Amino acid sequence: MIHIENLTKYYRDFCAVDHLNIDIDKGEIVGLLGPNGAGKTTTLKMLTGYFSPTEGDIRIRNISMSEKPLEIKKMIGYLPESSPFYHNMLVYDYLLYVSEIRGIPSDKRFDRLQYLSDLCGLSEIMHKAIGELSKGLNQRVGLAHAMMSDPEILILDEPTQGLDPNQIAEIRNLIKKISRKKTIIFSTHILSEAEATCNRIIIINQGKIVADGKKDEIKEVTGNTTSIHLTLTNANAEDVFKELKTIDGVDNVRVEKQTDESAISVVITYPATIDLRKAVYLKIKSMDWIILSFFQKKQTLESIFRNLTLEPCKEN
Amino acid sequence: MQQFISILKKELADYFFSPIAYIVIVIFLFVTGWLFFSTFFLFNQATMRNFFSLLPVIFSFVMPAITMRLFSEELHQGSYEILVTLPLTHRDIIVGKFAAAVVMTVAMLLPTVAYPVSISFMGDLDWGPVIGGYMGAVLLGGTFSAVGLFASSLTKNQIVAFIVSTLICISITLVNEMLFFFPTQVLDIVQYLSAGFHFRNISKGILDSRDIIYFVSVIFISLYATRLSLAHKK
Repeated sequence: MIHIENLTKYYRDFCAVDHLNIDIDKGEIVGLLGPNGAGKTTTLKMLTGYFSPTEGDIRIRNISMSEKPLEIKKMIGYLPESSPFYHNMLVYDYLLYVSEIRGIPSDKRFDRLQYLSDLCGLSEIMHKAIGELSKGLNQRVGLAHAMMSDPEILILDEPTQGLDPNQIAEIRNLIKKISRKKTIIFSTHILSEAEATCNRIIIINQGKIVADGKKDEIKEVTGNTTSIHLTLTNANAEDVFKELKTIDGVDNVRVEKQTDESAISVVITYPATIDLRKAVYLKIKSMDWIILSFFQKKQTLESIFRNLTLEPCKEN
Repeated sequence: MQQFISILKKELADYFFSPIAYIVIVIFLFVTGWLFFSTFFLFNQATMRNFFSLLPVIFSFVMPAITMRLFSEELHQGSYEILVTLPLTHRDIIVGKFAAAVVMTVAMLLPTVAYPVSISFMGDLDWGPVIGGYMGAVLLGGTFSAVGLFASSLTKNQIVAFIVSTLICISITLVNEMLFFFPTQVLDIVQYLSAGFHFRNISKGILDSRDIIYFVSVIFISLYATRLSLAHKK
C-alpha cells in the first residue's frame, strides 16, 4: 500500500535519511525505532508531505507524492511531534475547522465530532482553549485531529512522548482500538511501546534501516541468544567450565569467582531456539554442586536495539 | 473553495475574537482622525484630500502590524506543520490569509466613512474623489497586506517580519518624494514603481488602468514571492 523508494533527505551536507526502501501493507502497525537523530521524524515528515525528499519518492496506492501531494494528504492523518496546535483556539472550534478543511459535509460534521469526542475522551474539554490543556489532553486532541476524515493511514510521531504512565496506557489503548482497520506508522524511542503495539518493527540508525521485520523475526535475524545465569557454591571454576561446556547446544560458558570466594557465578549462552534449563539442572545435580540462584534471561528488544544502534553502522 | 473559506474564517476569527483587531482599528482611527482634523478647519475647504494623502504613510505602519503574525506565528508555534500536512494547497493558504488581511483593512476603513459624511453636512463635498480614494485605499491596503504576508513568511519572529515589511512599504511609498535623488533617465521608472504616486492618482478620483494594474501586479508578485518562500521551507 505504501511504497517508499530510495528515500533520501539531506539538510545541506548532513544526510538525515539515506536511501530508505520500505513497503508497508494495508493493516500493518509499523513501529519506527531509532535513537535520537536517527531520521525517524524526517522520514515521517516526508511521508506526510511536509518535507520534500532530496531524492526518491513515496507512492501510496500507486499515487506519487511528488506528482499529487494533495491526493496523498487526503489519505493520511498525521499527529506531529508535541502536537503544535493553535493555542488560542477552543478545542471544539479547532476540530470544526479541521473538519471543514477535510471536506466533511456540513450535515455530518457534528456526528463526526461527537464520535471523535467519545473515542478520544474530549467531551470534558471541548470548550477549553488548546493552550490551556495538559500534554496528555493535547495529545488526545491531536489524535482526534488525525482521525478526523477517517483516513486509511495514520502517521503518529512519538504519540506518547512526555506523557505519564497512565496517559501512555490510554493512548496505547486508543491506538489499538483504532488500529483494526487502518495502517499505522508511528515513531518512538520507547521500546516496550513498540513491542506492545506494533506488529512490525523497523529500526533505523543514521538514516539507514538496520533491522526490519516482525518482533520475533528481528530477534532471530540479529543472532538472538538466551542465557542462564547461575550462582554455584561447593564447586571449582575449572570443573564447572569443563562440565557445562559438554552440554549439547551450549555456545559459551563464562565463569567468574565472586568476591566472597566461596561462590562462583556462571553465565551460559545458547541459541534462543532451544531450552537447556533441564540439561543444565541435571548436570549440576550429577556433580553435587549447590545452586544458590538460577534464572534464564531472554534477549529483549532493548538489547537488540542497543547492539544495532551503538555499533558503527554496518554496510547493508 | 471550501478550504479557502475555512482559512479566511479562521484568520478573521483570530483577528476579531482577540483584542488585535480592535487595538489596531482604534489606533488607526485615532491617528488619522487627529492628523486629519487638526488641520482640516484651517483650509476652510470641504475635501478629504488631506485624509487620503496621509493614508500611504499610516498604512506603511498599520498593515505590517496586521499581517506580521499571519505566517510568523504559525512558524513559531509549529502549527505551520499542521497547515501544510492538511489537504490544502499553498494557494488556499496564501490567498485565504491575504483575503483576511484585506477584510481587516476594509473593517478599519469603514468607520472613517463618518468623516466624509459629516463633512458633507458642513460644505459641498465632491464625492468622486472620496469614492476613488476609498477604492485606492483598499487597493493600497491589499498591496501592503501582500507585502506584509511575504515578510511574515520569511521569519518566525514577528518583530522581524514587521520591520521588514514596514521598510518595504515605506520605501515604495516615499520613493515618490525622493525623486530628486535619481538621474533623469530612470525617473519615470522609479515613479512608476512608487505606490504613493499611483495612490495619489486614484485618490484624485481618476481611475486609470495603469494605477490599478500597478497595485494588482504588486499584490500578485508579493503573493507569488510568498509561495516561493514557503516552498523553500520544504
